[in-house]
Amino acid sequence: MRSFSEIETISKRASRGAGFSWGVSEEIGKSVRLLEMFGLPGILHLKNYLEKINNHNYQKITIISSDNISNNIPYCPISVGVNFLDQAYNLEKIENINFSNLAYPLLVVPFLSRSSEIIGKKILLNLENFKFLFNFNQSIISNFDNSLISKTTNFLISFNQNEDSFDEKTWDSLYKISQKTFVDETESSKKTSAGAGLTDND
Amino acid sequence: MQIELRDPKKIMKLKRLGSFHQSKLSFLRSFLREFNSWDYKRELFELDNDGYGVAVYSFKKEQRKYSLVCFANKLDDNERSDRVIATKWDASFTLFDGIPTKKDIERLSLNVPRQEIGRMTYKELTLSRANKSMRAFNYVVECLSNGNQPSTKKLSEVGYLYRTTAVYGSGKFGLADRFRIKNRPEIHGPFRLEMMLVYFVRQFTIDQVNFISKNKNPRKAIELDKNIARSLGIGNSTGLGMAPFIVNHPILLNNWILARETALKKIREIKDVKQEDFNYFFECLKNSINNINTWNTDSDYQKEKIKILKIDLVKFIKYLEQEFDKKKEYLFNIIFNWVDSNLTEESIEYVVSLFLEPYDEIVDQLTPTMSADEEKFFNIPVERKIEDLRVIIERNYTEILNIDFNEDKNIQNFWFISKNKEEPRVANRFEEIGSELEQPLAIARDVKSLYIRIKNLKNSMTVSRFLADNNDLRHAVRRVFMVEKFPYSEIQDNIIGSELMPIDMLRLKLSFFGACKFDPRSDKWLRICMFQGAPLPDELKQFNDNWIYNSLN
Repeated sequence: MRSFSEIETISKRASRGAGFSWGVSEEIGKSVRLLEMFGLPGILHLKNYLEKINNHNYQKITIISSDNISNNIPYCPISVGVNFLDQAYNLEKIENINFSNLAYPLLVVPFLSRSSEIIGKKILLNLENFKFLFNFNQSIISNFDNSLISKTTNFLISFNQNEDSFDEKTWDSLYKISQKTFVDETESSKKTSAGAGLTDND
Repeated sequence: MQIELRDPKKIMKLKRLGSFHQSKLSFLRSFLREFNSWDYKRELFELDNDGYGVAVYSFKKEQRKYSLVCFANKLDDNERSDRVIATKWDASFTLFDGIPTKKDIERLSLNVPRQEIGRMTYKELTLSRANKSMRAFNYVVECLSNGNQPSTKKLSEVGYLYRTTAVYGSGKFGLADRFRIKNRPEIHGPFRLEMMLVYFVRQFTIDQVNFISKNKNPRKAIELDKNIARSLGIGNSTGLGMAPFIVNHPILLNNWILARETALKKIREIKDVKQEDFNYFFECLKNSINNINTWNTDSDYQKEKIKILKIDLVKFIKYLEQEFDKKKEYLFNIIFNWVDSNLTEESIEYVVSLFLEPYDEIVDQLTPTMSADEEKFFNIPVERKIEDLRVIIERNYTEILNIDFNEDKNIQNFWFISKNKEEPRVANRFEEIGSELEQPLAIARDVKSLYIRIKNLKNSMTVSRFLADNNDLRHAVRRVFMVEKFPYSEIQDNIIGSELMPIDMLRLKLSFFGACKFDPRSDKWLRICMFQGAPLPDELKQFNDNWIYNSLN
């Protein structure tokens, strides 16, 4: 088995070898390591993308908006991922972010996971028929079947507004059970507890 | 009295860093302090008459166990090479997590001797190999098998029986990733597992030399005298691999230097220095001079450094004995100011190391701060402004900004990874091919490029917006924000310039490991010695931390 350190190093070097800058290659190394740690096929997707990069054109993106359309040339997933990470603070104000034509979309996934931690919000992703929920870079919940996706026209990102997964009634019920750990206060304990016997108006 | 930490712009110059010496903060010394209550056992020692076979040493405390697994193999003289391109060694080692089963040892026997082309697993923590110092090893076997103890004078010329040529850890070749073990309290300190491996390798070399001598002449042979055994360390040949490490681990570098500088500051701030503490410092100083006399090297560069150090220390002792008033307050601050004004960098740093000797309470507080989690600071704070970037560069890279990188001499070298052994190398940009594959170690040049690029941009522009068009300088942006938080994280020199001495970078790292006897073999590699004079494993419980100044006395 390859160690995660080897996965990160080789991904970084391969990315540099394929023409990315060192700074971006460092991001790719960390990201592929993250994918593999979460059990997602990062090495396979990176290998396939880097093998194609010299013979195919991929669209770089600079500023990400709500609708990112590139009709003829698919977006580069690394450019999308790195810029999403850098612009996450602005992007969280947008409800939905859509990419019309994106190569090797799984390579964007770790950047979304890291963005979720940075902005402190859960992020949802719809990729074809698969859903991903990014939980502050602590976990990724997904029904992804680990297939190789070389291109997608269906890549929709939305931010979860830090809402509870439960209603107030459920919370109150649980709170009541938690109260069983409390002890009723007696008159004598009221008189002797912290602050007792003093006037706060002195 | 409040003393300022020394200025990173002065301390982080390569010439200064290349003058660092071992100290009480060095890892092999703090390792022995932390592990002296552990139980040591030789679990297995199955060698043939020539000393080839397998041995296992365990180290235990409560439920935690680590084992050194050693494989000694036959090696023809023409196959013995300290260079990283070697493919066979006299012995190879791995530190195993727990006690290995027979099946584990079988698996390891097929992989550990192959080193870089073998495959390790998450059960193995560190990996190493070593070659015999033939002149020392054969000499000791010859003496012991004939019933004589070897001459300490002759042995001191080498100082060890074996020298390692690499020690790997942190996930290399399938070894356990750092995250698997980072929460273990006993190995929180820096390089604990590497130090553990090297320490037990030393014991293996002593056991092996005794074993071979005994088998060579069973009736006459005697065991190596313990005092002589203790005076042997373990050697190490080190090439350029260590140089990129210190550039690629800026926070770790900061934490090492900051610990040392903080110790110095605290010691200079002591108002009433106890007489016994001063005396202990002075005793260590005088003992250490005997050590310097055993530092042998053919390197003119190092000979000159040793010569100056010896002259300076004679001058320093004369000052302490004849001119210095021990009754004054802030004694160590007075001494430091004299040293700083009267001695060379090599000697200043030597004395700074010695300052730490009486102060266990200061050193023990700082040792745990000498590790680092580089990951925590990987993300660039992209919401910051261009103005921030500019201010940090101007404040922290003042001298770097004065370098003209259009001049050939300032970009003469480039760092690259060799294809055959995947090891770092440095070469002349104008004479060798491959500079387009340069590693991102030219921080000075790249930070200057960044500074020029942002010069005419609006102060209010966010770093996020800047990066959208300038990701080619992303690595430099990351560094700049790190240096803001970690002032000792950056070497304040141009490491691609024509005046680069790579061994200064190696010596910096090795001094923190606790290495002695720096012996440069060129400007790109050197030999050193570790654990010389250290207690043997069965003596650890009667441990004395000033062993370092008693070796070979």
